[in-house]
Amino acid sequence: MEQKRIVMDAAGIDRSLTRIAHEILEKNKGTEELILIGIRTGGVFLAERLQKKIAKIEGVEIPLGILDITMYRDDLLSTNRKPKIGKTDIPFSLEKRKVILVDDVLFTGRTIRAAMDALIDFGRPKLIQLAVLIDRGHRELPIRADFVGKDLPSSLWEAVSVNLTEKSGRDEVVIEESGQGSGVNN
Amino acid sequence: MKLSKKDLLGIRDLTVEEINLILETAESFIEVSTRDIKKVPTLRGKTVINLFLEASTRTRTSFEIAGKRLSADTINISSTTSSIVKGETLIDTARNLEAMNPDVIVIRHSAAGAPQILARIMKQPIINAGDGAHEHPTQALLDLMTIRAKKGKVAGLKVAIVGDIAHSRVARSNIYGLTKMGAHVTVAGPATMMPRYIDRMGVTVCYRLEEAIRDADIIMMLRIQTERQQENLFPSLREYANYFCLNGENIKLAKDDVLVMHPGPINRGVEIAPEIADGPYSVILDQVTNGVAVRMALLYLLTGGK
Repeated sequence: MEQKRIVMDAAGIDRSLTRIAHEILEKNKGTEELILIGIRTGGVFLAERLQKKIAKIEGVEIPLGILDITMYRDDLLSTNRKPKIGKTDIPFSLEKRKVILVDDVLFTGRTIRAAMDALIDFGRPKLIQLAVLIDRGHRELPIRADFVGKDLPSSLWEAVSVNLTEKSGRDEVVIEESGQGSGVNN
Repeated sequence: MKLSKKDLLGIRDLTVEEINLILETAESFIEVSTRDIKKVPTLRGKTVINLFLEASTRTRTSFEIAGKRLSADTINISSTTSSIVKGETLIDTARNLEAMNPDVIVIRHSAAGAPQILARIMKQPIINAGDGAHEHPTQALLDLMTIRAKKGKVAGLKVAIVGDIAHSRVARSNIYGLTKMGAHVTVAGPATMMPRYIDRMGVTVCYRLEEAIRDADIIMMLRIQTERQQENLFPSLREYANYFCLNGENIKLAKDDVLVMHPGPINRGVEIAPEIADGPYSVILDQVTNGVAVRMALLYLLTGGK
């Protein structure tokens, strides 16, 4: 795969997350009843960063959970790929809480549908809001994000990769030519 | 990384990487069983047939729960309710089941090799849930998972397997699994219950309980399999218990943090004293809990994909 271009650098990612943290607080009028749920794996790192930023702004550390959506994927049995199942860790009740679901890229919407199905199995949150670093379009389900770091219209022949220090050793968002219009990305 | 074969017939067929994949997947499935809603949609629309042609409570229930927690449709067939009692052969039963398009067949059979026969003639994945005195791979995997969860590793541990080694499929699968994963295995039991050439499986052989469990990290007690014995291999249960029952006194020879395991069902006071079975060293019920997760992992890894 040939690298095409860097569309967001470390400073850009940090600025976007700072803005999202402020928007979350503004929309929810503070931290009351708020919890963050990061979708494995990229979403978890972003949720942890949002947790720190919100703590810095408000002085309150809001609870953070980790959600693995593999068991809820709708393509699990129609593909030869067997995704590795990771651990889900939500050590608190979701009842009557405001859940901020965090992921790195919003694409077809199927991951978010799976995440919402999984969350509902854990309890009945008061509401679920979605925060993503990148929205690249091409939705296959009627899902939209409440908080977006960057809208990034891209073709299906491109793949959007969010590299984060925690996993890749550097912070950047890269658009790459995938060579086929499969719609599969990161 | 995925399993290289369509079936799980024995631990002997698995590589270390495949064992690790199964255990890691199972560790993720543990969490599902702790939820209020213990069900995920992973295998929705799939059919799992539990063909249990030999008595079983925990393995059959464990497979059934595993299938249901993954949203598969699970069908149980026992020897008394199948056409086997009318004289149908296993191969004919298998062909008829295959014609109904299930997605996985789990089989327990009193004859060693029965799962291998099914695997040859059926296109569906076959999981061996115990065949005669041959193998019981899911038991060995849940034992490895329990050891790993409690000790953090398997390699380097000293494991004693005690009892009726000759008739035990659990012992055979565990010897394959434990030695592959780097544990040092000692087997002990009466000479009449010790198969010839067992040392060729890479284990140390001894004939006294005390010798086997000295400084052991893990003690795996086996059930006396009276149903598989064609002759009297010891004078009486009382005498067997006298020499081979794990009790509060002889367990002191093992390490202070020893784990006591048993595949169940337990003959209390014969293989294991009640105070040990229910005591702080015992992880017997953890084994049962982990069994559901291991079977969920296998159903997930062997099912699906076009």
